Amino acid sequence: MRSIAVIGASLAGYSAAQQLRAQGFGGRLVLVGDEVHPPYDRPPLSKDFLLGKVDADALALGEKSDLDDLEAQWLVGDPAVRLSRTDGAVELLSGERVGVDGVVIATGATPRRLPGTEGIAGIHTLRTLDDAARLREQLTSASRVVVIGAGFIGAEVASSCSYLGADVTVVEAAELPLVHALGRSMAAACAELHGDHGVRTRFGVGVAGILSAAGQVTGVRLASGEELPADVVVVGIGVRPNTGWLADSGLTIEDGVRCDAGGITDLPNIAAVGDVAQVHRPHLGYATRTEHWAAATAQPRAAVRNLLAGTTVEHHDDTPYFWSDQYGSRIQFAGSVTPGAQARVVEGDVEDRSFLTHYEHEGRLVAVLAFNQPKAFGRARRQIAKPGLVAA
Amino acid sequence: MVAVCRVEELPPGESTRVWADVAVAVFNADGEFYAVDDTCTHQDASLSEGFLEGCFVECPLHAAFFDLRTGMPTCLPAKRPVRTHPVTIEDGVIHVHVTANTSQQSENAQEQEAVA
Ligand SMILES: Cc1cc2nc3c(=O)[nH]c(=O)nc-3n(C[C@H](O)[C@H](O)[C@H](O)COP(=O)(O)OP(=O)(O)OC[C@H]3O[C@@H](n4cnc5c(N)ncnc54)[C@H](O)[C@@H]3O)c2cc1C
Ligand code: FES
Repeated sequence: MRSIAVIGASLAGYSAAQQLRAQGFGGRLVLVGDEVHPPYDRPPLSKDFLLGKVDADALALGEKSDLDDLEAQWLVGDPAVRLSRTDGAVELLSGERVGVDGVVIATGATPRRLPGTEGIAGIHTLRTLDDAARLREQLTSASRVVVIGAGFIGAEVASSCSYLGADVTVVEAAELPLVHALGRSMAAACAELHGDHGVRTRFGVGVAGILSAAGQVTGVRLASGEELPADVVVVGIGVRPNTGWLADSGLTIEDGVRCDAGGITDLPNIAAVGDVAQVHRPHLGYATRTEHWAAATAQPRAAVRNLLAGTTVEHHDDTPYFWSDQYGSRIQFAGSVTPGAQARVVEGDVEDRSFLTHYEHEGRLVAVLAFNQPKAFGRARRQIAKPGLVAA
Repeated sequence: MVAVCRVEELPPGESTRVWADVAVAVFNADGEFYAVDDTCTHQDASLSEGFLEGCFVECPLHAAFFDLRTGMPTCLPAKRPVRTHPVTIEDGVIHVHVTANTSQQSENAQEQEAVA
């Protein structure tokens, strides 16, 4: 392979570019990115950056010398709009065509929006540095904030806003947020953090509409009829993978770009990594996207190896892992909560917000969750039944 | 120079934290002793709570790996090295030698001197 384009120049794309060079690819390397910023880290956007504790420079994933070391051609601020089925060329919005032998798809995901909210000021989603800067600017200690969606990002935003002194309410359509990800008892432990810190919750109720005056949001009307006044609304109701540009590529697109267990798509010269990749997980028996930081940095290793080998010689072997910082609590989770798995607190106490929980399924440890127990978590994470390195 | 503990109190694979102007993490990596600044260079995790793999420690929060011999991170999210500190054993007691100097280069130079 003489030339490879990485599409999407963020965590997964940057990691893929590093892997390409580390694994000896000496050919032409092109990085195509929609955003103009050099690759930066997203987790702090809802945490320390929103709190004003770190600035944009601190978020850079690499120093200038690290980027230079890649000896890549950077085409930024110019998104890919098409992957041609006939000649494999990548077309950019500007009309430029990038002709390459291999492609790594790393275009990530975009937050879902609430329908009918376009053009109303004060309604935010949070994915990019620009999103976070806009939100930060609007937040004052007097803000009334409504967060719609109580997943991890919604919960972190609620935590940061309340820390800044805002009056915060979290609205969630499900009776109990995160119940599928964490199971009932542990989802409840997460949900209680809001109330512990003076943040109001409205669970099990949908949003009926947004109230606005003169193009500025003034509140949120719930399906129950209740109206919550708001100067700022943050919508955190999940993401959709950025696959629109692949519509006529001939690749299988479902919830993301369909890949085998080693990150290779229908075509051996096209890999997909990070939030956009729907990867087959042999031990679970289905394909899934993993929207975690650790997956975006781990997947490129095997995917790049397989791309360079021209066939899948290695499967991803990472156990899903993510962390979340909310209300001063460090939450860490690894594994997958399979249906029927039982959660058992094995260290500490939920009441103290410091504990380690094992999820067991048919006698096997399938997942672990920790609140403020990083050391115990690090050990437990390694005991999770591993899918293992499988040669294809 | 700060006394940490007796050698037998820190078995292979274990780590501990001592206070020597700054918090210092001390490791027994399969019989070799290493000391580095305890605070991760990414955020405020305590590296003495990390997981030891050979002479690498994994940060307990976001899984950056540091080479205990050099302090260099081997992967994101950490970008900067942690300071390393020479370790000596005297009469069965582990000691760390923490220098006030924060420059990594002179740190390494001193270490080499200590070895010589
Ligand atoms: C606010 C926030 C907080 C988070 N906190 C945590 C956390 O605490 N723990 C955790 O484990 N994970 C966290 N995550 C998730 C983690 O950041 C993501 O999993 C990770 O960023 C995925 O990396 P990626 O490169 O696959 O996708 P992205 O980071 O989404 O990057 C994709 C890039 O591709 C670009 N792109 C899109 N379409 C095109 C196109 N057509 N052409 C060219 N470029 C394109 C995008 O502009 C973007 O720059 C958080 C995410 C957010 C948004
Ligand atoms: S605090 Fe150590 S890797 Fe983040």
